[in-house]
Amino acid sequence: MATDTAAPTPPPDAGGDATTARDDGARLPPLRRIWSNYVFVKVRKALVVVFVVANVTFFLGRAMPGDPIDVMAGRLTQGGMSMEEARAIAANSLAYDPDAPLWSQWWEFVTGLVTLDMGNTINRPGQSVAEAITAYLPWTMFSIGIGTLLAITTGLALGMVMAYWRNRVLDHVLSVVASVLGATPNYLIAMLLVVGGGMYLGWFDPVELRGTLSPGVRPGFTAEFLGDALYHAALPIFTYVLAIIGTWMLVMKASTTEVLGEDYVTVARARGLRDHRIAFSYVGRNAVLPLVAQIAISFGTLVGGAIFVEQVLVYKGVGGLLLDAVNYRDYPLLQGLLIIITSCVVLANLVADLLYSRIDPRVRT
Amino acid sequence: MAVTTAAPAAGVWGTIWQGVTRSASGVIGLCLVLSVLVFAFVGPYLIDPHNPTDTTAIWGPISSEHWLGTNHEGKDTFVQLVLGGREPIWVGTAAAFITVAIAVVLGGIAGYVRGRVDHVLLQITDITMTVPFIVLMLVVASFYRTSSPLMVSFIIGLVTWPFLMRSIRAQVLTLKEREFVEAARLQDLGTVRILFVEVLPNMAGYIFVNFIIAITNAVYAVVGMYLLGLLPSTADNWGLMIQQAWDNNAFLLPSAAPFLIAPMVMIMLFQVGLVTMTRSLEQALDPRLRDR
Repeated sequence: MATDTAAPTPPPDAGGDATTARDDGARLPPLRRIWSNYVFVKVRKALVVVFVVANVTFFLGRAMPGDPIDVMAGRLTQGGMSMEEARAIAANSLAYDPDAPLWSQWWEFVTGLVTLDMGNTINRPGQSVAEAITAYLPWTMFSIGIGTLLAITTGLALGMVMAYWRNRVLDHVLSVVASVLGATPNYLIAMLLVVGGGMYLGWFDPVELRGTLSPGVRPGFTAEFLGDALYHAALPIFTYVLAIIGTWMLVMKASTTEVLGEDYVTVARARGLRDHRIAFSYVGRNAVLPLVAQIAISFGTLVGGAIFVEQVLVYKGVGGLLLDAVNYRDYPLLQGLLIIITSCVVLANLVADLLYSRIDPRVRT
Repeated sequence: MAVTTAAPAAGVWGTIWQGVTRSASGVIGLCLVLSVLVFAFVGPYLIDPHNPTDTTAIWGPISSEHWLGTNHEGKDTFVQLVLGGREPIWVGTAAAFITVAIAVVLGGIAGYVRGRVDHVLLQITDITMTVPFIVLMLVVASFYRTSSPLMVSFIIGLVTWPFLMRSIRAQVLTLKEREFVEAARLQDLGTVRILFVEVLPNMAGYIFVNFIIAITNAVYAVVGMYLLGLLPSTADNWGLMIQQAWDNNAFLLPSAAPFLIAPMVMIMLFQVGLVTMTRSLEQALDPRLRDR
């Protein structure tokens, strides 16, 4: 991808990272200098990845057996209709032409991609892909965003506590809890919460909690709407917190333990600095530093992790939409969703890379 | 994670055995895993697999006849639990094997050969890693909807290798600078021989740890695929039990709960056992981790 042949020196080995930018700027003509600029290289590669993934989804989707017409006709025939009749109705009611050759579909897809127009859905008459996604995505972002934020912040804090008090009772208890939580997938946690809190303890009614809003509540900037949205999102949020927190506790504990052994911490202690100052300014900051990339990346993979939980808790987010798109072979919707999801990941990786190059200039070479 | 060379006398398996049994938690984990394995693989020979549908005993409570009650079709839950362990564990293991095989071969080649091959392999890895694997699995699984267990493990293996590939590659990069690799190169032993006979065995412990972690991930992936209804409902299977229990609202009825909770508990016992086992093993392979 990035074979700038004019680079006069062999590429330096960046400890195993192939995404190496060549920093020999001054000797190159201006255009080439921009081309091999660190940030530009990263952005360029990110765009290539998104484009390749978009194409993979295009062909992967169409490689699935059956097209939208087949799926709908199959459902109609279950109501006692003949196959020809069902196919005719399906072909009329769906915005999909089964006879259009693959290459023309692809061309339409690529031109749409370049102009940022993802087209219309097949199974949701009159709704564009962008509209369908904007109707569902905010709910997913809202629930899992809050969940991840809470999980990472409390996880980092607890991890530090564990490192400070390591090999005491609290550390052992928290370590076991964190390992079990970290080893449990989010959908089992959601189920355990519903069974434990809903059925045995009777704290809430799991059926009433389903969906994103209670019937009759309209979106708007009112206390009623916000309260209701939080009420319905509480269970997914709590699930995400429990599912994500364990890993962060363990990672932060390991990182903090390592920093606590550093000389500068000993020196800070010898200088008689107060403990909380050492904990925050010396230990905490340096322990979080190696985790910055992981934090950024974990925000990128948010949407992908929500599918199971949304299915289990019947929360109407992007996960259910994706499953629908696969089941009804709604190609444009499927492509749109996958492009959004991968773009999130690519963007998060990009942010992580750029953040690092600012925090730690060594990675640039 | 540092690469530590196995003690020459003990051999790879000896190191792994010592690593697992060196701490109490490792032994507990091993016992958990073994008991679940015995339950799932020996159990089926000890019980009567005949488990008819009985419409008069739907959601029956726990009794001396039905140890864990009955399900929504009046089938005995305990019998299903005994019969249902083989498939997820088998699929998980096969998938882990495929994942590790792909990761080791590609990671080894990319790290050792470098150059253009490395570049292309890394690009493929990046792209596979970028699409969230659940999403990729969803699409691939619905492509092969009527699939055999082997096919399922193949799908999981095909989408979960990138992370391991990157860390294997990174380790090969550091290992290939060591003197013994240079010595092998001076003897002109050939790339394939050096990579697979000289370099990779040094990472055997690390690869084994990741193999076990891959099993846990694959088991969750299979169960998750059942949960989303992506796999055909055929034989008795813990994942299918959870899905059926959930779809039939077993969480609303205390007498129905065993059908939902029993397979969940079995899966979690197996997974937690594997994870505690690997943790002990990791600490043995990398003594720096012991303090953490």
